[in-house]
Amino acid sequence: MPRAWKYGDNVDTDVIIPARYLTTSDETELAEHALEDLDPTFAAEVMKGDVVIAGDNFGCGSSREHAPLALRGAGVSAVVARSFARIFFRNAINTGLTILVCPEAVDAIESGAEIRVDPATGTIEDLTGGRSFRSEPLPDSVRDIVDAGGLVPWVRNRMAVTR
Amino acid sequence: MGQTITEKILARHSGKDDARAGDIVMCKVDLAMANDVTAPPAIKAFSKMGTERVWDRSKVALVASHFVPAKDIASARLMTHMRKFALEQDIEHFFEVGRGGIEHVLLPEEGLVAPGDVIIGADSHSCTYGALGCFSTGVGSTDLAAVLAMGEIWLRVPHSMKIVYDGVPAPWIVGKDMILAVIAQIGDDGASYMAMEHVGEALAHLSMDSRLTLSNMAIEAGAKSGIVTPDAVTTAYVRERQAVMGRPRDFEVPVSDADAEYESEVRLDTSSMEPMVARPSLPSRSVPVSEIGRVRVDQVFIGSCTNAKIEDLRIAAYVLGDEKLAKNIRLMVTPATQRVWQQANAEGLLDRFAAAGASVSTPTCGACLGAHMGVLGPGEVCVSTSNRNYVGRMGDRTAEVYLTNPAVAMATAVAGELVHPEEIRAAPPLRQGALVA
Repeated sequence: MPRAWKYGDNVDTDVIIPARYLTTSDETELAEHALEDLDPTFAAEVMKGDVVIAGDNFGCGSSREHAPLALRGAGVSAVVARSFARIFFRNAINTGLTILVCPEAVDAIESGAEIRVDPATGTIEDLTGGRSFRSEPLPDSVRDIVDAGGLVPWVRNRMAVTR
Repeated sequence: MGQTITEKILARHSGKDDARAGDIVMCKVDLAMANDVTAPPAIKAFSKMGTERVWDRSKVALVASHFVPAKDIASARLMTHMRKFALEQDIEHFFEVGRGGIEHVLLPEEGLVAPGDVIIGADSHSCTYGALGCFSTGVGSTDLAAVLAMGEIWLRVPHSMKIVYDGVPAPWIVGKDMILAVIAQIGDDGASYMAMEHVGEALAHLSMDSRLTLSNMAIEAGAKSGIVTPDAVTTAYVRERQAVMGRPRDFEVPVSDADAEYESEVRLDTSSMEPMVARPSLPSRSVPVSEIGRVRVDQVFIGSCTNAKIEDLRIAAYVLGDEKLAKNIRLMVTPATQRVWQQANAEGLLDRFAAAGASVSTPTCGACLGAHMGVLGPGEVCVSTSNRNYVGRMGDRTAEVYLTNPAVAMATAVAGELVHPEEIRAAPPLRQGALVA
């Protein structure tokens, strides 16, 4: 069962993936160093499907798309936060990393809790705590990109129509 | 109800008479930028978007800035990837190593930025260009690829935060101190998703170099953009750069309506300010330099898109005078662009830094992001004129970074510990442009 990895506010993209590793954009290579400067145990111990829980302003700082790629490569199935920094928010949507805004879940869920996330409905189940939460829905324009499968297919569809 | 400058620019670029905060618009882009780190993933995404050519080769800038001159073989590969694309696509504004520098100082210098423009850059500090009265923001590589394909981008029109700078700035106070003070007041996400609109009488006393710094750190408050209302300083700067570069282009000068709506307002009295220092490990942990106490320092870095312009190097040289650097300090001076390097060289500044015992290098983002040319080791302390002091930003995760203006940085390099520049030298007599003597 996927587990929660809980962190605080202002988890910046420099700690999600330090610049010294930006010489590649291969997500498997990036994954080896995911969150290295914040939690040196994370990359080695994270399991496929695990969920990152964080406070306000997750993903602040650099525009590096390598940040959502590193988390996705590490097997992270979703990030649940009180709020996201805007460039990280766009990058996650564009590259297909599930991100959910849900302050109540962030407050309630403990690190290590067993957790289940349904991206389609935005439901976050805390199996350890025995509670369930619903995240804030995405705006329609953003939902369109998610439904298209990310920004690349969204642009491809749009280019095909306008041609 | 009137419109903000940001609403007006985004309306005009999305074919609407009116755009309001919260609206989602498809917006035409005047300039799209990527660098050696963000361009390669953008090029990969672009190749899957169903088009062969970029939408307009004259509206794309590709800049070698981050890992250049190539720090290792993998970085050389990134540059090869970007260079190949630039040549294949015949990109008009491709800046090779030695012919450009850090994009956020370079593009205004090149006359490629004008008031009223919409600029999208694959680098978070792309908010810098707002200093010239345009809308500009940072995005990731896939967003940038979409702009390369379509020439457009979807944007939510941001709410605006009005930041009013009162008074005539006190001695030593430059754009860096003002923006650090604002971030200390509102927090690291205090302007999340917003446009930071900088206004007030103090701005008339700020050079374009200092305004660029003010707008540069909008992202450190979580903002989407920063913008300074264009005035005589802006128009003169843009006209001059366009003329020098042979790129004349008409531009409108948008202003916010008197009854425009703001999400919030912040005021700062610049006449009573002291230079600011951001303590590790967040920009919001800024305090006046006199409150900082004793800080042992190992390295001083005068560089980055934030503070390595000619004004910054002049004030640093002024503080240095004929002194030598403290024995315990190593100083890295990295001019922001090739043109800044040449100007500083012509004025004898680089030689003064070198004579004092500094390492003076070619333009690169380098040390600012812990890439190369000044990476910090475990437990080391750096005073830096850059924009971020996050954990691990400049090197080892146990290293600590204090952010300051260039005068404080140089004073620290001379004194051997973090000090007010006044302890080394009397304040310069000039305001506008800090030290245009």
